[in-house]
Amino acid sequence: MSDTLSHARTDEIAQAVEDWERTEVAEFIARAPERKEQFYTLGDFPVKRTYTAADIADTPLEDIGLPGKYPFTRGPYPTMYRGRNWTMRQIAGFGTGEDTNKRFKFLIEQGQTGISTDFDMPTLMGYDSDHPMSDGEVGREGVAIDTLADMRALLDGIDLEKISVSLTINPTAWILLAMYIALCEERGYDLNKVSGTVQADILKEYMAQKEYIFPIAPSVRIVRDIISHSTRTMKRYNPINISGYHISEAGSSPLHEAAFTLANLIVYVEEVLKTGVEVDDFAPRLAFFFVCQADFFEEIAKFRALRRCYAKIMKERFGAKKPESMRLRFHCQTAAASLTKPQYMVNVMRTTTQALAAVLGGAQSLHTNGYDEAFAIPTEHAMQLALRTQQVIADETGVTQVVDPLGGSYFVESLTNDYEKKIFEILDEVEERGGAIKLIEEGWFQKHIADFAYETALRKQSGEKPVIGVNRYVMDESHVKIEVHPYDETTAKRQIDRTRSVRAGRDEARVQALLDELVAVARDESANVMPVTIQLVKEGATMGDIVEKLKTIWGVYRETPVF
Amino acid sequence: MSTQIRVLLAKVGLDGHDRGVKVVARTLRDAGMDVVYSGLHRTPEEVVTAAVQEDVDILGVSLLSGVQMTVFPKIFALLKEHKVEDMIVVAGGVMPDEDVIELKRMGVAEVLLQDTPPQHIIDTLTGLVKARGDR
Repeated sequence: MSDTLSHARTDEIAQAVEDWERTEVAEFIARAPERKEQFYTLGDFPVKRTYTAADIADTPLEDIGLPGKYPFTRGPYPTMYRGRNWTMRQIAGFGTGEDTNKRFKFLIEQGQTGISTDFDMPTLMGYDSDHPMSDGEVGREGVAIDTLADMRALLDGIDLEKISVSLTINPTAWILLAMYIALCEERGYDLNKVSGTVQADILKEYMAQKEYIFPIAPSVRIVRDIISHSTRTMKRYNPINISGYHISEAGSSPLHEAAFTLANLIVYVEEVLKTGVEVDDFAPRLAFFFVCQADFFEEIAKFRALRRCYAKIMKERFGAKKPESMRLRFHCQTAAASLTKPQYMVNVMRTTTQALAAVLGGAQSLHTNGYDEAFAIPTEHAMQLALRTQQVIADETGVTQVVDPLGGSYFVESLTNDYEKKIFEILDEVEERGGAIKLIEEGWFQKHIADFAYETALRKQSGEKPVIGVNRYVMDESHVKIEVHPYDETTAKRQIDRTRSVRAGRDEARVQALLDELVAVARDESANVMPVTIQLVKEGATMGDIVEKLKTIWGVYRETPVF
Repeated sequence: MSTQIRVLLAKVGLDGHDRGVKVVARTLRDAGMDVVYSGLHRTPEEVVTAAVQEDVDILGVSLLSGVQMTVFPKIFALLKEHKVEDMIVVAGGVMPDEDVIELKRMGVAEVLLQDTPPQHIIDTLTGLVKARGDR
């Protein structure tokens, strides 16, 4: 071949590859065999020895396209990190609002550019801190929030018009958002200037993370209400963060993470459309959250394929017209499940390569895990080092200078195509089987997730999936000491004291009247639960008051586990 | 008398992490044990009552929410109330070393942390039942 690339013919390239396999490769392998007959990505996609232009010859030019242009394979924006870096958003949450506020301020001082909040289990599940189910859990794995007073303490001294806040919460998301809105109003902010995100992705809870309270139908309706209310009143706010992260952490393959997340997207869009709004009225505010796993190129291809699939779904299926409705924006977190307790400092290296893949995959926002997360929630030192990891990638490696530097890589483009094809196959199957909600009820997604988790455990056991320190290069570590984040035993008391003083100081008749109004609103399918909830939190209602009241009409969800 | 080992695997409290417990459930089932999984969000009372009713050899409690030092004392107190002395209690999940030591002192027979190979789990549980002897 003496031709230039642009003149090369696919059949000639394919012929050259065939000749190379027969001669150079065959001779080399005869002397030095390859490690395996067939290589696979971590998500089970077979990969070839190498890739050439012939592998992507059939790709429509538009599918690869250019950054900031439909179908956004190469990035949601034309300049990406040349304009500004991704938001460095380390999640934090423990103890009371005051405790977490200190960590937030520390992280901001260290150069973090966004805030993300982890809540404790009672808050996530809708129990007040003094409920018996909350025993031992108050402020342990996240921050405890019962009332607006807690939210005030959490965000004290942080300018919410300047720094975006992410609330990582689901079944009780609308109550937290109501507190956030109430706080912004108290401080006199223009709600249209406030940016941030509330996760509010309830469907993946039934599939994977398992934080749910009510049955599916009323839960999805709440999500619909959050999206409708927010897109009307908070122009810069992301009212949902449709998440694959937890699907992956629960054990799924990267392919299932991607496809199941888009299956959930379809449900939400359909629900909001039923209220009579146009897709372009809310789609620009839909945001996503994915994991970045260990298989470097596979993750990059996954992100690129997700952007392309999303663009096509929004345009072709839902008739979106605005480009902003078709560009997928996502927050990314490195894979907590990939972290190990043995030789825990190796987690820094795992997190670094995963973070690099997230950046090369075009993330808008990133959380890098702490090295100590296989022990407990991270210490300040672990979070600082994790943030520094992002800063090294941003400021020292030069990878931010070129948009989608792997675009055009024969391998990455080929794998991106494979991902797109498989994602659409799964979405078609979900449709044929009756849709995402029906399949959640049948445990279909849950079974796929559990199956891959089981296979992964067996592959780690056999060593087929190498994990340094666990099944390779194992060391005796019986004397290793690590400083872990301490749990402050005074947390529950401090928290419960404040909640009780809020209850004691409120106008009880007013709160009860509003709770009755909430029930009326909840019974009226066409009404929106947000306005009355905002009033409730302003009047000192606790999260538990609101949730318990709604349990009386909606009941609770209990899953039939599959394994 | 059947020699099949009977196991109740349980999730206690608000923790929703069920990846590990489901892998363990399948591992033990495939190894021929009689496995019951409680599902999520159970109270210690529900779990102990079920374990006693099912007359299991092993009660395995999975926790990734850090509340092991609240949950296990309750479980042992309840077992005592039910006058059960020979049930093998095993913990699984993510927990710091100090807690592992304390749990064993409390009577937890074994703590199986994340990334424990499936075969090791089978061998451990089989060994515990064998060491306890027939009832």
